[in-house]
Amino acid sequence: MKKLQISAFAAGLVFGIGLLLSGMANPQKVLAFLDLFGAWDPSLALVMAGAIGVGLPVFLLAKGRVLSLLGEKMQLPTRRDIDRPLVIGSLLFGIGWGLAGFCPGPAIVATGAGALKAIVFTAAMLAGMGLFQLASRPQRRQRAS
Amino acid sequence: MTIDWNAFTPLSALAGGALIGLAAALLLLANGRIAGISGIVGGLLERTPGEAGWRLAFVAGLLIGPALWGLFAALPPIRIDAGYPLLVAAGLLVGIGTRYGSGCTSGHGVCGLSRLSPRSLTATLLFMTAGFATVYIIRHLLGA
Repeated sequence: MKKLQISAFAAGLVFGIGLLLSGMANPQKVLAFLDLFGAWDPSLALVMAGAIGVGLPVFLLAKGRVLSLLGEKMQLPTRRDIDRPLVIGSLLFGIGWGLAGFCPGPAIVATGAGALKAIVFTAAMLAGMGLFQLASRPQRRQRAS
Repeated sequence: MTIDWNAFTPLSALAGGALIGLAAALLLLANGRIAGISGIVGGLLERTPGEAGWRLAFVAGLLIGPALWGLFAALPPIRIDAGYPLLVAAGLLVGIGTRYGSGCTSGHGVCGLSRLSPRSLTATLLFMTAGFATVYIIRHLLGA
């Protein structure tokens, strides 16, 4: 395996362990956070705080870099505009998240744990991503021409 | 609002969150890429040359996480109450929404907020609000 794949594998592994430890691979716990007007479990807010607490200084540090430590070109998003796809896409995602308590990372980790319902969710999620891909292809061709 | 103190797990939430941040930091510093799960998985469908290897390796890490955990301790509970039709609808919405909105809880929520991106802050506020509203409607208006 190449170095880039080893580091990405390690990152995925640590990410997955983090999701398991934090309880976020469990949709019941995620929904208990989203149930603001029921018996509220604030844990998810602290997961975000812990992740951003580590991420913020590292992202600040990496801001001026052109190449990564393994010599890859740094690919950080540069857009700052708030457009329709961002708004509508985020709302659709939030509705789906609230329906089942799964977002992409936890769904894949729960799939790895062998939960049948997680496998079904992940398959539907992949289908949704594929549908988006098909629908956006003609637009991209238009933009290119 | 009443806090469910018995369900609240502040220490494991913070520690698990810190690991997630560490993973995002590793992928950024070593690979120069954003640890956004929907972008990594969705990007596999785009088949950009040279990008598939690290993406597959990252997803493999996520999938193998539970097996590694299982070597040392019992897996934490994963309780999925939604029925199959709801899971399929939710999965489609999450798949389409995260790609159309360019990110999910990790890409916008963790990495985007760490970068102080106004786009990611907007996205995070919107999907959180939509999630709160959806659960409110299901649990408190429809009573499911």
